[in-house]
Amino acid sequence: MSDFSSAFSKAFQLLISGDAALLEIIMLSLQVSLSAVLLATLIGLPLGSILAVGRFPGRTAVAAGVNALMGLPPVVVGLAVYMLLSNAGPLGVLELLYTPTALIIAQTLLVAPIIAALARQAAEDLLEEYDEQLRSLGAGKLQTISTLMWDGRYRLLTAILAGFGRAIAEVGAVMIVGGNINHVTRTMTTAIALETSKGDLALALALGIILLGIAFAVNAALMSLRGTAERAAHA
Amino acid sequence: MRKIWTRVAIALTAFLLSLAFAGGPSAQNRPYIILQSTTSTANSGLYDYILPLFTQKTGIEVRVVAVGTGQAIKNAQNGDGDVLLVHAKAAEEKFVADGYGVKRSGVMYNDFIIVGPPADPAGISGLNNAPEALAKIAAAKALFASRGDNSGTHKKELNLWKAAQTNPVKASGTWYRETGSGMGATLNVAVGMGAYTLTDRGTWIAFRNRGNFKIHVQGGKALFNQYGIILVNPEKHARVKALEGQAFIDWILSAEGQKAIGSYKLGGQQLFFPNGGRSGG
Repeated sequence: MSDFSSAFSKAFQLLISGDAALLEIIMLSLQVSLSAVLLATLIGLPLGSILAVGRFPGRTAVAAGVNALMGLPPVVVGLAVYMLLSNAGPLGVLELLYTPTALIIAQTLLVAPIIAALARQAAEDLLEEYDEQLRSLGAGKLQTISTLMWDGRYRLLTAILAGFGRAIAEVGAVMIVGGNINHVTRTMTTAIALETSKGDLALALALGIILLGIAFAVNAALMSLRGTAERAAHA
Repeated sequence: MRKIWTRVAIALTAFLLSLAFAGGPSAQNRPYIILQSTTSTANSGLYDYILPLFTQKTGIEVRVVAVGTGQAIKNAQNGDGDVLLVHAKAAEEKFVADGYGVKRSGVMYNDFIIVGPPADPAGISGLNNAPEALAKIAAAKALFASRGDNSGTHKKELNLWKAAQTNPVKASGTWYRETGSGMGATLNVAVGMGAYTLTDRGTWIAFRNRGNFKIHVQGGKALFNQYGIILVNPEKHARVKALEGQAFIDWILSAEGQKAIGSYKLGGQQLFFPNGGRSGG
């Protein structure tokens, strides 16, 4: 399997040559996935907190539902978003199909349940620990949530990173709603699928290696942010 | 400490929001059309060669969505495309007859081939009668990888089986393997398991993972592969860009567009043969 070894040298060559087409695809992938993770965080953190702290009928059922949605197959989300955004669908007037915005919508739907479910679990674990103390201080719901969010911030960061991992790696949804259009909606994962279908396995794997590198860089950047903040706190 | 995090979070959010609404890399406001087409034409590199010529001349960008013919037609029926360029004449004519398309014109052709392992367990090498070759494959119960995805190539394959008076679907899962995926993915599977498969010649020539596979069956009228182009009917879907779409169709059927198709070569081989406008296509 010489493809396997040549993939590594190909990945390296692509990176140092600063291939313009590759750079464009990388930037689009990052733009789409980071935007989706941001939007999913804005949905997921409040939702997770409410599920952890709130006491209302059906809470367990909703929490179970959110947990189940973590397993949503990307291709199903892609299909649903396609049917919504299609010119034959209810949101066709927005003309968003086959645009980067459609990719962001699909990935947001995929990622939000992951962040919500992990945030809920993190907040619930902390709440068990803090419950008595918070109650003795007479903390209201909002205060409770903000304390839990703050003290659980590193766990929430992990939840967000898990969401990012899902977004940057999925191919099923972006393929359907984006159409893998060159220079418009081609992301790293759809490019990998395309090169595989062209039989250029070495190039496909090389792109996969680069994708892994990007995911690593994003994770490292956020982890170092944590390190900086901790040092600042102790200074 | 909390302040630092708040600031970082706000800065990050602002940055990402600006990214989210900045639009794609190609968000410049030049007119564009969506071309619903097949993987066989896109994977061969044809579009990368001819579309820039059209864009240069007219300023209209062509965004290609490359899927199987079945899915391309479905997408076009939903109005999610301005022009359809596929290869399944009966389905194309039905698309027009049902009012989804304005008019069908032949554009170009090439041919299908049957490729397989060099050992040729069914002994079909050198035949040019595809139904006869398929009958031999069925008799030998030699592995055959089918697209199984309602694509143009899949429809062609099913017609060839019909001509061979064999129903391979009964053997699905044994020697007849339906991959349910695109041409390239199916070729990868065929090479991986040593199965025969039907492919268009363009994809085969452009395909890089051929292993030691060989062309066993080619030529013969039954393997003819005609591509047709249709403007999606603006009366069905008001947002169809009829003017730009028709401009593209006029160009590809013009002497200039036809010459561009004929001059595309890969490894010294011509992949598509223009026959636009001729009634037979």
